Amino acid sequence: MKYTYYPGCSVKATANLYQESIDSIAPALGLELEELEDWNCCGATAYMSVKELMSFAISARNLALAERFHRDVVTPCSACYLVLNKTNHYFADYPDMRKKLGQALEAGGLSYSGNIKVRHILDVVVNDVGVEKISTLVKKKLTGLKVAPFYGCQIVRPEEGFDDPDEPESMDRLIEALGATSVEYSMKTKCCGASLMGTEEKLALKLCRTILAEAERSGAHCIITLCPLCQMNLDVYQFKVNNMFKTKFNLPVMYFTQLIGLALGMPARDLGLNRLAVKISGQNKSIIEGA
Amino acid sequence: MLDKEVVYEATLDHDFLDEIYSLPGGQEIKKCIQCGTCSGSCPQGAVMDHAPRKIFSLIRAGFRNEVLESNTIWLCSSCYSCSVRCPKEIKITDVMYALKRLAIKEGKAKRGRKASILSKNFVRLVNKYGRNHETELMTRYIVQAELFNALNFVPQGMKLFTNGRLPLFPHKIKNIEQLRKILKKVDELGGI
Repeated sequence: MKYTYYPGCSVKATANLYQESIDSIAPALGLELEELEDWNCCGATAYMSVKELMSFAISARNLALAERFHRDVVTPCSACYLVLNKTNHYFADYPDMRKKLGQALEAGGLSYSGNIKVRHILDVVVNDVGVEKISTLVKKKLTGLKVAPFYGCQIVRPEEGFDDPDEPESMDRLIEALGATSVEYSMKTKCCGASLMGTEEKLALKLCRTILAEAERSGAHCIITLCPLCQMNLDVYQFKVNNMFKTKFNLPVMYFTQLIGLALGMPARDLGLNRLAVKISGQNKSIIEGA
Repeated sequence: MLDKEVVYEATLDHDFLDEIYSLPGGQEIKKCIQCGTCSGSCPQGAVMDHAPRKIFSLIRAGFRNEVLESNTIWLCSSCYSCSVRCPKEIKITDVMYALKRLAIKEGKAKRGRKASILSKNFVRLVNKYGRNHETELMTRYIVQAELFNALNFVPQGMKLFTNGRLPLFPHKIKNIEQLRKILKKVDELGGI
């Protein structure tokens, strides 16, 4: 299965551990991810806050570059997934926008017909590879491990999304396929605070605290997520949540691709697990790595 | 309640609604039935000056300043929870983006000073390199918006750095000229 791969800026920087785990598991899952040459930033939420048409135009450059390969675009980042999809929607639904975007791309020697499908890597793993296939590849069943899947917001929000906006189950099915247990908790599609962590830290820490508290209350040994910003806020800022609320959370927050890698028997270092801010240690280590 | 300042019809701005209508998808706000699903779904609703339902009511009545100067638009984290739940399919998150742009344009983003500094620097970096460079983005942001609070950012920066997650150098795309030509054309076409 071959796809055009759009990593996004975070995956090349603060979320490099996500990329490392994707690189490790993709061949085992039979996924061929060919990186889109010379891709640019999707615009995320910040660009759209300042300039609308420019934001859609830079996003559309990626879709135009991808079009000549006639393959689905796959991205591991929820923000890239949402923004690229939104660009497709506006391109299709608003003729005036479509005309202007066409003119802008033309100035750069590009064109776009609007026919490239943008998908999240979770969708591809769960629906194209399939959980049944993955369960047959498992070398080390994660029996006894309780995992809280955190979907966050942007992956489940696009109108034609691959999972339910309020009750998604893709990661739950995946967790079960790896032999682990997916815990029930109420926060799995709530907001982690996203970029508010930079500008309104206390507010964002409060959101993270509720997510961590609910995951812990459900008995989870770890959280898995699929978005660079969710992972950063829940992992790197977990010590700040603890400082602010006098809590003692010690929950490793992994990417779902890292959990797959562990079940496929891959070494922690190949999966970027050494880069987690909240280390897999103590009792967690024996449960997660010994599962 | 009695000493609350009364807003007279004459001080309201009826063009405001037309501006929102003129956005792609903006006409949808006519359909708002004030059900409050948006406000109830909003993770930040409790700390906003006016939760989303009230914002729509204020827009329709022409309370330009109250809307553009509120903290509401800057606390929207684009989680799209309201948008997917809205029974009238109003693109609420996109309206919030439009309000952010209007507030910046009209110099009314005082409550969103920090968020707008972050966003403007993001735009500058993407226009310069074609990609975001998180390290430079946060450095610029701290210098411009949080200089006296800079120490607060050190511990998380160190956590990223020691785990090899903080690249020091930006990556510039090869065909930055193509991106600039596209942006220049958009500029000529107008709009914000």
